[in-house]
Amino acid sequence: MLRDDATVEALQNASHMAEVRGRSLWADARARFFRNKAAVGGFVLLMMIAAFALFGGLLSEWEPDFVDFSLMGANASEGVPSFETGHYFGTDSSGRDLYARVVQGTGISLMVGVVGAVVAVIVGTLYGAIAGYFGGRVDGTMMRAVDILMSIPFMFVLILMLVIFGRSIFMLFLGIGLISWLDMARIARGQTLTIKNKEFVEVAVATGVHPLRIILRHIVPNLLGIVIVYATLLVPNMIIFESFISFLGLGVQEPNTSLGALISEGASQMQYGVLWQLFFPLLFFVFTIFAFFFVGDGLRDALDPKDR
Amino acid sequence: MALLEIENLQVSFTTADGDVNAVNGVSLDIDTGETLAIVGESGSGKSQTAFAAMGLLAKNGRATGAARFDGQDLLTLSQRELNKIRSHDLAMIFQDPMTSLNPYMKISDQMAEVLMLHKGLGKSAAITEAAKMLDAVRIPDAKARITMYPHEFSGGMRQRIMVAMALLCQPRLLIADEPTTALDVTVQAQIMQLLGDIRRDFGTAIILITHDLGIVAGFCDRTLVMYGGQIMEEGATDDLFAKPTHPYTRGLLNAVPRLDQDEETLRTITGEPPNMSRLPAGCPFSPRCAQVQPNCPTERPALETINGARRRACHLPVSEVA
Amino acid sequence: MLSFIARRLTVAIPTLLILVVLSFVLMYTAPGGPFNSERPLPPEVLANIEAKYGLDQPFWKRIAVYIHGVIFNFDFGPSFQFKNRSVNDIIAQGFPITLTYGFWSFVVAVTVGVSLGIAAALRQNTWLDYLAVGISIGAQVLPNFVMAPILLLVFTLWLGWLPGGGWAGGQWQYLVMPVIALSTSYMASIARITRSSMLEVLNTNFIRTAKAKGLPTRRIIWRHAMKPAMLPVLSYLGPAFVGMITGSVIIDIFFSTGGIGQFFVNSAFNRDYSVIMGITILVGALTILFNLIVDLLYAWIDPKIRY
Repeated sequence: MLRDDATVEALQNASHMAEVRGRSLWADARARFFRNKAAVGGFVLLMMIAAFALFGGLLSEWEPDFVDFSLMGANASEGVPSFETGHYFGTDSSGRDLYARVVQGTGISLMVGVVGAVVAVIVGTLYGAIAGYFGGRVDGTMMRAVDILMSIPFMFVLILMLVIFGRSIFMLFLGIGLISWLDMARIARGQTLTIKNKEFVEVAVATGVHPLRIILRHIVPNLLGIVIVYATLLVPNMIIFESFISFLGLGVQEPNTSLGALISEGASQMQYGVLWQLFFPLLFFVFTIFAFFFVGDGLRDALDPKDR
Repeated sequence: MALLEIENLQVSFTTADGDVNAVNGVSLDIDTGETLAIVGESGSGKSQTAFAAMGLLAKNGRATGAARFDGQDLLTLSQRELNKIRSHDLAMIFQDPMTSLNPYMKISDQMAEVLMLHKGLGKSAAITEAAKMLDAVRIPDAKARITMYPHEFSGGMRQRIMVAMALLCQPRLLIADEPTTALDVTVQAQIMQLLGDIRRDFGTAIILITHDLGIVAGFCDRTLVMYGGQIMEEGATDDLFAKPTHPYTRGLLNAVPRLDQDEETLRTITGEPPNMSRLPAGCPFSPRCAQVQPNCPTERPALETINGARRRACHLPVSEVA
Repeated sequence: MLSFIARRLTVAIPTLLILVVLSFVLMYTAPGGPFNSERPLPPEVLANIEAKYGLDQPFWKRIAVYIHGVIFNFDFGPSFQFKNRSVNDIIAQGFPITLTYGFWSFVVAVTVGVSLGIAAALRQNTWLDYLAVGISIGAQVLPNFVMAPILLLVFTLWLGWLPGGGWAGGQWQYLVMPVIALSTSYMASIARITRSSMLEVLNTNFIRTAKAKGLPTRRIIWRHAMKPAMLPVLSYLGPAFVGMITGSVIIDIFFSTGGIGQFFVNSAFNRDYSVIMGITILVGALTILFNLIVDLLYAWIDPKIRY
């Protein structure tokens, strides 16, 4: 009694199914991921960027906070990128080495992105899973709260918070994390609604397993695929978010820096003919975002193979 | 001349891992006013045969061979020429009435557009006409309900609407692809009754695609059995049911529960439906066949005509099929 | 329909109240008032000023007065920073500007994004599709704060075609760069969403039925596929709206357009809380209103949703 559109799909994936037999879902997803050139390219790029952020400092001939007073004011003519001076990316308007600054900024941007995404994913998944699992009035109230929070212009509230409580990375994390879990909660809830009707959950319920245990042991592990995909796509958004705040001068503070802050500085310098100060941070920003998007799309296609 | 004549049809799908043949050299024909059943398990290629004729294959699908409707090869027609025939002369209803109607359009709009396109009617005339057809398929209170959306109807009602929509232009051939599979048993009987009435009242030829031998028996003049994209056996329905000449047909018939027999004699065909990407070079049924011969997996049996009106593809002599 | 709106408003009003209370509490708990400057004022002067703005009142009284003013008089109170100017004056000055370039950005993002996405879906795997996908992928990494400096560099510093900033009553030369900078990344997202949802719809059973009916492709696309394909786009418009209004902060700073974003950031740096709150509440109200419109459109397209 099989349905026929299922047949068509089966046909279209037929040979593929033949291979799959006896292989786990994850191994299969991995194979699909590595067949996707854009995703693999993004992954390699991402590894390179991470390596740059972690070990790029070793190649630097200057400290990120070393100010070369002789270059101050003469940046446009003296601070040009050059291997001879050791300023590979040139210097900024304060006479600091841009290479070292970009290494530092890339690292902080990546960290903000990853930590922000992790916070968002943990909070959002648990919230959504709980709402979806309990359903009924609990679900109604919890999701209504999400609806309400979603229509609050959070960037404005966050800016307000940063101004009131002072600018710090901690406040930034808190603010970013507070905003970004909402989407994850919705997605997790939707998935939970389908998972909770599966037999293994019903069995667990029937045998009297504690609801929280069911959520943590049965629901959440089955959300893992979609969570990973969402997290990967969330990281670049977090980086964009942080850069936005830093661009306004409210994010990461000196002597630390992030790509957004560097872009902001670079943008203010371009009218003096200093283009490298915009170019290099922008390059790393764009590549980082690209890499995450490609990896995220690749993961999504690998874990949820639908013709898109 | 046959109304529809399919000759050596091949349908293949391009997938990431190479081509998959869904239909492999199928030839069949149907005359005006005739009813033909195409029977087979899922994956037998029966639906894809119909889709190929209707020009409805998925994007990665390709059809070769010929499908002559009234002498015109449907496979070589341009989109525009094919559109003139679709629904006007050659209509199709689908397996899943829940998703086959556009959920975002009123029934009236979905039905009227067919008449406006093919018959050049104005909108209000088309809607009146459509309501009459809904009446004919016994939708109660059709005039009022025609302005409703699909989700306001039950599954059986939606299939009736699909039938009504397919019949609007009084096509000469109706292809019904598993029209009752998604429906409850009682509703199934009603839909089959309806199709029977249509054949009687309009003289429409019907190709009934199904996996359910039970609904074929009292309905179709001829039956064609497919497996693995190939024809296994064909004959007049009564004849074929009384004396199957192919082990697969035999197996199918044995698997139909019957009231006049003990339950113990109900036997299923062992094994799984065929994997279309790795069919044996010979008979596709050979891996599951109870009477498999040494040459079956390697040598494809020809489809030969026996007794004038029957065709079969099997190495085993007719007398030995048990 | 009316009850649908009423039900939506039962969510909208508490949302707004939460927003008002939240921002008021944040402001109240802020260490140091708006008049604590580097050069401390004499205590009696400070007390005078605080009395003038009602800052000496207890929390409950202040919040009650504020909410009362906002709800019944649409009055957000006086600015702490600019003497003799109310928050309403500031909004009246900046908001039309933000609204103008915001409107055009929205129009550009939706029309270009949707057309690009549909073209790509209909010509799947042709050069047009690759071009559209390429543009939408490329534009994804170009948020407003990246686009703004690039545009400024190219069109003002290199080509000298467009003025580097200002508003001049909203003449088109002053509008081009803000609109492009603000709309690019949303245009890209809309194009991607449109493309994939159109492809998905074209694969559905009811489109197969439409083909079997012999309908010409154009009619299938416009009459049968368009509405369902637009539903995901519609759900994205809410977040896009919020994103654009947030992005206006960048636009105002970068191009000195003088919209509310500029006032917002200035006030943020100067602890002009009443302006911050006024703008936050305004933006919140707009967001809620916009989401209501989106919901109505959604219900209009999808007959399964009852008003």
